[in-house]
Amino acid sequence: MTPRPPLHLALALDGAGWHPAAWREPRARTAELLDARYWTDLVQEAERGLLDFVTIEDSLGLQSDRFDGPDDRTDRVRGRLDAVLIAARVAPLTTRIGLVPSVIAGHTEPFHISKAIATLDYVSAGRGGLRVRAGSGGAEAALFGRRQIPGITVADLDRPEVVALITELFDEAADYVEVVRRLWDSWEDDAEIRDVATGRFVDRDKLHYIDFEGRWFSVRGPSIVPRPPQGQPLVTVLGHNTVPYRLGARQADVVYVTPRDADDARRIVGEIRTEQDAAGRGDETVHVFADLVVHLADSAAQAADNRARLDERAGAPQGSDAHIVAGTPGELADLLLDWQSAGLAGFRLRPATIPHDLEGITRGLVGELQSRGAFRTAYEAATLRGLLGLARPANRYAAAAAATNSTAAV
Amino acid sequence: MSRPTKQIHLAAHFPGVNNTTVWSDPAAGSQIEFSSFVHLARAAERAKFDFFFLAEGLRLREQNGRIHDLDVVGRPDTFTVLAAIAAVTDRLGLAGTINSTFNEPYEVARQFASLDHLSAGRAAWNVVTSWDAFTGENFRRGGYLAEQDRYERARRFLHTAWELFDSWHGDEIIADKDTGQFLREPGPGAFAHHDDFFDISGQFNVPRSPQGRPVIFQAGDSDAGREFAASSADAIFSRHSTFEEGQAFYADIKGRLAKFGRRPDQLVVLPAATFVLGDTDAEARERAEVIRHQQVSGATAILFAEQLWNRDLSSYDPDGPVPEVDPLPGENTISKGRASVRMFDDRLATVRQWRELSEAKKLSLREVVIEVTGRQSFIGSAATVAETINRFVQQDASDGFILVPHIVPGGLDDFADQVVPLLQERGVFRAEYTGTTLREHLGLELPG
Repeated sequence: MTPRPPLHLALALDGAGWHPAAWREPRARTAELLDARYWTDLVQEAERGLLDFVTIEDSLGLQSDRFDGPDDRTDRVRGRLDAVLIAARVAPLTTRIGLVPSVIAGHTEPFHISKAIATLDYVSAGRGGLRVRAGSGGAEAALFGRRQIPGITVADLDRPEVVALITELFDEAADYVEVVRRLWDSWEDDAEIRDVATGRFVDRDKLHYIDFEGRWFSVRGPSIVPRPPQGQPLVTVLGHNTVPYRLGARQADVVYVTPRDADDARRIVGEIRTEQDAAGRGDETVHVFADLVVHLADSAAQAADNRARLDERAGAPQGSDAHIVAGTPGELADLLLDWQSAGLAGFRLRPATIPHDLEGITRGLVGELQSRGAFRTAYEAATLRGLLGLARPANRYAAAAAATNSTAAV
Repeated sequence: MSRPTKQIHLAAHFPGVNNTTVWSDPAAGSQIEFSSFVHLARAAERAKFDFFFLAEGLRLREQNGRIHDLDVVGRPDTFTVLAAIAAVTDRLGLAGTINSTFNEPYEVARQFASLDHLSAGRAAWNVVTSWDAFTGENFRRGGYLAEQDRYERARRFLHTAWELFDSWHGDEIIADKDTGQFLREPGPGAFAHHDDFFDISGQFNVPRSPQGRPVIFQAGDSDAGREFAASSADAIFSRHSTFEEGQAFYADIKGRLAKFGRRPDQLVVLPAATFVLGDTDAEARERAEVIRHQQVSGATAILFAEQLWNRDLSSYDPDGPVPEVDPLPGENTISKGRASVRMFDDRLATVRQWRELSEAKKLSLREVVIEVTGRQSFIGSAATVAETINRFVQQDASDGFILVPHIVPGGLDDFADQVVPLLQERGVFRAEYTGTTLREHLGLELPG
């Protein structure tokens, strides 16, 4: 019997938790959602639980229950901080856990984001990554005023012109990640030489123009930031259907998906593998993680009560793209191990409330999994790629230069 | 009658991408590892400095069409490093250069508002402009902006960012757990801004930060830059670090404030300054000479000369005479991505000065470059340097200095340990922080 592959756990952080009424919980630190101390405490708790990494949600616009722009609600958390800066602020106060902020590919500059995440990788000594979100139109585009992109409503999602627009936005995101990744490689690892004899700080033959020319932007390079410690920080993407799966298959190291059950997970993993082959990345590791919203308690009944109470306070059952689980840590462990066998490498858990369900993960679930030999009992690597079993990639430009040289030698 | 003694403001500039940062010294550390930034920031906070300052780069510099390899190359992202430094400091202000040409107001405003929250009110923004197509090649817009429009865009950019910062007043969030009301009213952060440069609307998504707005710095020295500073900045990062130039600049910039309805104390004047310390003044002078030779190698001297001559001088010997050929007229094409290119307004006249200096003092090309480019601002024993800095401030050559050490990461240590205590003894520099925000350190009011 082959040994079970390692199970990876990521924690998705957003405000007071993923349930819209989470901020009203007695233990919710609602007044501190914009304070560094709050975010530091959450990530340190996740690190005590030996989780692989945290993701930090972000959006350019104000949070909204509507798909296509701001809403008029006054009963939900509104206002947030830039996720990359939260990750950077927490980095020096943690040592092993990965830090994966969301970045939005529409409207922003790939050059800026590449250097920001490279720098996150430096300040965290190899624990940086990003979750890329495609841009959207309508209200988000109006914040930048650079392009007219139509708004999209949920009702229109299946219309051909909307499908075409969404495909374009994800194609732009793919170009964006391509530029970000090329810039990370635009310095070879040993480019800095400090050769006092010749007075040269760098060997400029080891700095590379990336010369990306695309439909939405052209970027010359090289980066201003030397190659980050991991070489390529982690790239992740969330997807619910083929278009984002394709982005993940083309560009990501981790794809988050939202299956309903193990069979659904198996089908989705298969689709991503097909897209991966089509993208020519069949031999590369692309981890698929399932997203789950979790309510945890000592008894299943208590967890169900918690969920019901929150739904009642919110005025409606929680709507969610991801499957919602309410149960004991042991029941959740059963589910994770069952779904893992469908080809998932891990899970991104969205705590319904913080800190209660976060601690349910770090103190309850993790212990359950450890007692079954299914989760690490100590961090086994110093970098995020290392935790995920991903090698430090060769530099595409160094490899190309080496190939040219060996051809010349022949 | 004597006027009240002024309190000095001091800041630490992380040594950057130019020849004054000495990387060849055995004591020179990493320019990119976070530990170097932590070292300098902690030295500055130990010395009760007002703030830490980080410059920005958006394209690697080139000379003769190739990446310039003689100086430090490479640096981190400004926002990301400042947010990380906020984690290892408690009171130190965190100032960063962010370009107004290759950014958009909405994004920059949310980054600075976020940094201000994450540092509990310590953020500052040095607003700079650029216009060159060379830098634009790394960005969506490309080289879109005419040089004469850069300050107008910067001014509009800043005022747009202010509208975004001010779109939240600070009383929107009530977060009443019992009633379930999070917002006082729907639609917080609403804004709509329309001008020739920006046409944006929506709801800003970062609630009001501790300082309301980050402290605004301006660094340009042209007339347009000075007007921009006088109208809109809280502090000006000037380059006039000699006493007479400093006094002239100080009088000029403070004199421009009244027409914008502002008082002289609403703009803090902080020139960049360098320093060399020794046990005696003579020892400091000797060290300064050694450092100048580290800063200007023979190859660096040739590159400086090429910027002035606007032509390839690689066949000349830096230890020989000043080149006899004349400079090439027209737009500088030899050097890209560096501010100093624009320094030489009249190349022929400057070359003539270099030749005269060379003949009068019997100097080689390299020695001329050492002579004409940036001798250190303050050279002497700790007592001499403390006295000089205090004289500059008390006699209105500045309100303080942004100190640029010549070496990473320990270049500020001696200043912090030897000069600052003397200033504190004189009662002209704080012995402890009295406020928590950068605005409080600089004596600036909170924006209304």
